[in-house]
Amino acid sequence: MSFLSLNHIEHYYFSKQGYTKALEDISFSVPEGSFISLLGPSGCGKTTLLSIIAGILQSTRGEITLQEKPLSASKSDIGYMLQQDYLFPWKTILDNVTVGPKVQKTETRALKEKAIQMLEDIGLSKVIDSYPQSLSGGMRQRAALVRTLITDPKLLLLDEPFSALDFQTKLKLEDLVSSLLKDFNKTSVLVTHDIGEAIAMSDKIYLMKANPGKIHQVFEVPIEIRNLSPFQARKHIKYQQLFDRVWEELNALESQTAIR
Amino acid sequence: MNHKQLSDSQLFEQYKKQVTSERRNTLLWQIIIFISFFSIWEFASQFGLIDRLIFSSPSQIWTLFLEKLQDGSLWYHLRITLFETIAGFFIGTIAGIILAAILWWSDKLSKVLDPYLVVLNALPKVALGPIIIVAMGPGYFSIITMGAIISVIITTLVVYSAFNEVDVNYVKVLKSFGASKWQYFTEAIFPASLPAMISTFKVNVGLSWVGVIVGEFLVASEGLGYLIVYGFQVFDFTLVLYSLLLVAFFAAIMYQIVEKLENILIKNK
Ligand SMILES: Nc1ncnc2c1ncn2[C@@H]1O[C@H](COP(=O)(O)OP(=O)(O)O)[C@@H](O)[C@H]1O
Ligand SMILES: [Mg+2]
Repeated sequence: MSFLSLNHIEHYYFSKQGYTKALEDISFSVPEGSFISLLGPSGCGKTTLLSIIAGILQSTRGEITLQEKPLSASKSDIGYMLQQDYLFPWKTILDNVTVGPKVQKTETRALKEKAIQMLEDIGLSKVIDSYPQSLSGGMRQRAALVRTLITDPKLLLLDEPFSALDFQTKLKLEDLVSSLLKDFNKTSVLVTHDIGEAIAMSDKIYLMKANPGKIHQVFEVPIEIRNLSPFQARKHIKYQQLFDRVWEELNALESQTAIR
Repeated sequence: MNHKQLSDSQLFEQYKKQVTSERRNTLLWQIIIFISFFSIWEFASQFGLIDRLIFSSPSQIWTLFLEKLQDGSLWYHLRITLFETIAGFFIGTIAGIILAAILWWSDKLSKVLDPYLVVLNALPKVALGPIIIVAMGPGYFSIITMGAIISVIITTLVVYSAFNEVDVNYVKVLKSFGASKWQYFTEAIFPASLPAMISTFKVNVGLSWVGVIVGEFLVASEGLGYLIVYGFQVFDFTLVLYSLLLVAFFAAIMYQIVEKLENILIKNK
């Protein structure tokens, strides 16, 4: 049984000058508890696709079902983490983290305690009452992660959440996110342009091509790597093999588009 | 190298000292300018370098000030103008923000009204004075309206564009939690625009004074604007300058209050 399924999603952006076809015939399904990645060069429609799955953007054509129900019925089951943290600078970390429940009117004393607990677990106990400006990039992204997880979403959408971080912080956060998601048995869709990150974190990789955004090829991540933490996975021989295959495919894609 | 080795805390002390001394230096210069301005004015007027009748002198103004303070007429006129200005400021600013919110809410309305707002903004609002006074009758109401109308359109335009410039990703975050339009207005758009709103407060303090003084020029029989016009009519320029200095003083105080407000509201700057 598929948890999330996309059927022939198509999206156009209209403007006075004309229109761009951002997505063409995207169909795939994600089983419950699995982690998939959408990999592709920038501009291939990854953010657009994720916004559509999140229900923020209405696709021009096609439909999406979440647990066999149309998307509109299940908004609060989805957590969305953006490319940057977008913490509100005028709210404290605690208030930032509990903004979801506030909007959904489920903010309670117990929930606040849960938020504090989660912030402590993730190593942010010292900054609970600070404002985002005083936090490092990694800390801010961790706070954004807590904000996404606090509403206990069944489906997690991650839009290049580590791309603005330095390499060391990025590796640490990959491990953290991966173990958290495994512990809570979340279903996740990660968007990235980083081949290594896609392989290290996911079960399945959808390679996308641009103009229009389309799924070009699907890679299954070997079972040996799936069960390792992202950091350990990067050292595995099969990681390197898959990396090379994806790399070649991306290069082939690039030269194809360059000729055209 | 004859640099003395300084510890971290000593360096910090040195830095603090430098900051205080710079601040003291600035203040000193400000006081010097203040004192020299009034001394030169007094001196020039005593020795007939400027026309005493037109430019009066600080000592004459001071005498008048003490006189008016004692007979209570200072407070009487000041109170009226202050009240009108503060009322005009609040009404103009709040109405401007509400209008901006309505325009933000309705895309269609803002598109339709756009050219009208541009024209209204370019129109010198004080020119509406006579019409307002005839329509609303001479009195506090029309003067407060003058104080408000002069700032309402510019506030609307500035705040509306601030609303539109808020990063859409903040809204995206809230939408991903299923927020309604009202919710993302109150949680993201409004607080993100607070700095822009405060800067319109600063501009509006000055504008409300202009509106009220002009309003008083036109109709009033009391208030500082009235005193200025009266002084002009009877050729008593000491009275004109006395009123003007009071206006300057209280405008500066209102400005200071807005700055304090800014520090309180925007604590995460
Ligand atoms: N709001 C928009 N209006 C018009 N075109 C857009 C908009 N957002 C994205 N696009 C276009 O759609 C394509 C896909 O963009 P995006 O989804 O942001 O790609 P990615 O996240 O993979 O970099 C790009 O060509 C981009 O220029
Ligand atoms: Mg993107």
